[in-house]
Amino acid sequence: MAKINMLQAINDALSMALGTDEKAILFGEDVGHFGGVFRATSGLQEKFGRDRCFNTPLTEQGIAGFANGLASNGMTAIAEIQFADYIFPAIDQIVNETAKFRYRSGNEFNVGGVTFRTPYGGGIAGGHYHSQSPEAYFTQTAGLKVVVPRNAYQAKGLLLASIRDNNPVIFFEPKRLYRANIAEVPEGDYEIELGKAEVVREGKDITLLAWGAQVEIIENAADMATKEGISCEIIDLRTLAPWDAVTVAESVKKTGRLLINHEAPLTGGFAGEIAATIQEECFLYLESPISRVCGLDTPYPLIHEKEYMPDALKTFDAIKASVKF
Amino acid sequence: MSNATSQNETVHRVSFLDKDSIRIPILKILQADGTVYENAVLPVIDEALAHRIYDTCVFTRVLDERMLGAQRQGRISFYMTCTGEEASIIGSAASLDNQDVILAQYREHAALRYRGFTTEQFMNQLFSNEKDLGKGRQMPIHYGSAELHYQTISSPLATQIPQATGVGYSLKMQGKRNIAICYFGEGAASEGDFHAGLNMAAVLKSPTIFFCRNNGYAISTPTSEQFVGNGIASRGPGYGMYTIRVDGNDMLAVLAATQQARAYAVENHAPVLIEAMTYRLGAHSSSDDPSGYRSKDEEAKWQQHDPVKRFKLWMINKGWLTEKQDAELFEKYRSEVLAEVKIAEKLPMSHIDTLIEDVYDTPTPRLQQQLDTLKKHLKKYPKSYPKSEGRV
Repeated sequence: MAKINMLQAINDALSMALGTDEKAILFGEDVGHFGGVFRATSGLQEKFGRDRCFNTPLTEQGIAGFANGLASNGMTAIAEIQFADYIFPAIDQIVNETAKFRYRSGNEFNVGGVTFRTPYGGGIAGGHYHSQSPEAYFTQTAGLKVVVPRNAYQAKGLLLASIRDNNPVIFFEPKRLYRANIAEVPEGDYEIELGKAEVVREGKDITLLAWGAQVEIIENAADMATKEGISCEIIDLRTLAPWDAVTVAESVKKTGRLLINHEAPLTGGFAGEIAATIQEECFLYLESPISRVCGLDTPYPLIHEKEYMPDALKTFDAIKASVKF
Repeated sequence: MSNATSQNETVHRVSFLDKDSIRIPILKILQADGTVYENAVLPVIDEALAHRIYDTCVFTRVLDERMLGAQRQGRISFYMTCTGEEASIIGSAASLDNQDVILAQYREHAALRYRGFTTEQFMNQLFSNEKDLGKGRQMPIHYGSAELHYQTISSPLATQIPQATGVGYSLKMQGKRNIAICYFGEGAASEGDFHAGLNMAAVLKSPTIFFCRNNGYAISTPTSEQFVGNGIASRGPGYGMYTIRVDGNDMLAVLAATQQARAYAVENHAPVLIEAMTYRLGAHSSSDDPSGYRSKDEEAKWQQHDPVKRFKLWMINKGWLTEKQDAELFEKYRSEVLAEVKIAEKLPMSHIDTLIEDVYDTPTPRLQQQLDTLKKHLKKYPKSYPKSEGRV
């Protein structure tokens, strides 16, 4: 098992997906010879040819519509949207078309073979248009699966599972971890089941929940809390749609407290959905109000990025407040 | 980097192009009296094909007339006709192979009929009953059939255009000698999807025919308020695409153009743009009243260009059809449609369990839980939900 970074793990997964499925096609802006702006697709055009790995014109709605067309006729479409911030021109194709293809036709047609990969999140000094976390927009749309890996190992296993899933998936890649996260990643083919949360660390006083790059943040906050004698259970949601309410509820019934951390703005963020569900499932077990540590309801800032972020210290502070409530 | 300007001449004083710089001829083969223009080159057509085309014309006229009536009586909620545009739709559909994939906008049911969709299947969709292939999930006229390679209609405009590019590309990758055909109105050509789809098809070499029905109106908005340039065809060369403009009320012209466009697309793995100049004789939809925005005179003028009458006259001239046979065909379809309406409107809607099917390949636990909760409620208050009463 080799130690590689997340980009290498993604590249490995894409290579494996194209190698094991001759109907798979990979495309997007600059993904051809150049290998994508982050080089996630490096070497794939050389390996699989220009018909199966290629650049498209600069048109996100075109990329999404093209992906739908490919998949509706039996192909496996792996499309890259260069930054999650640029997925919005494609939102009609994704929300009204990708998500509804199977339902609206009574399963006469489906685009289960579509996967949209897109880098999301802050921490790279990218400002408004290179840092957003738009996952909640898509969790509101029935028919889509939304997946976010937190490390190189997950990136490969979850991406392979997403590409091979018989439903369309939006796969958000935490770009601040692209090169920063290095993990042992099996060289062979493996998948991580979608729709299942992972209990990363067991604890008894409070459940901390996050996904993607924020899992590292709640782990750091948990380490700070341990020093004060607070035992935190850490859950990585991994799939936001459909999300694993059972695992989260079981944990909260044990610890009696829940803190949800995400980078996207608080209002309308996915933490609200989780809080409402867990309140319903675990009302009599809760020892304190469910806590949300999230981004501010502002556009993603440039110079105040550190202040904006729902970081470990804010999380630690919220853990203490919850435990002392 | 290559940039396709190298062949252009240079000038040394300011000289603009204007909209009249692009002149596009219009292909006409059949005249209003049913005779053929001198020197016109006919499409490939024999008596059997002509009858299949004309049969589809008559069925579509009858269906449109009867179902618009059914909508007016409140028996179905919505309807759209293709009256006036039959030659564009049927002429192009008749040029295709059965395995070519059709991505329609919403007014192309005649193409679906040409492929073999039965009267009963039309009615099941229009009445949203339990036999509707779409499980009663969309408004009337949103037909689709995997068996007939006719993708299910989507309401948002122009979304099928970049999808058709993807379908065409998939056919190429699958090594098939087939194409995708994408229908849309000139109104849809204002959407971003139009540009995205055509540009990608040209660049990625997708064997796809983009078929624009330029019928003069986008709901109430006339073409004069939709674009200033030379129609939709003028954009084709801009994308580097083979392009042709045809008389959309001329069955033989549409047939000839689409036959050759298809052959070119298959041989060259390349897209073609066809602009069919036609006229929407009916309303945009059953929710629209064109008397509010266009004159009776204008409509009367276009009645004289009726594409079905023109083709009928040609068949009569050829000795392939008589007025008596024509009248019998109309009568046959009138009674068939009426009989199928009576059957279809009595069938129940699909079972409540289908409500959560096809959201994903299998219902998620949360969906199952939501359905269980709903069914408990429906059992508790059956009278308040008469359509599903007793079928929970």
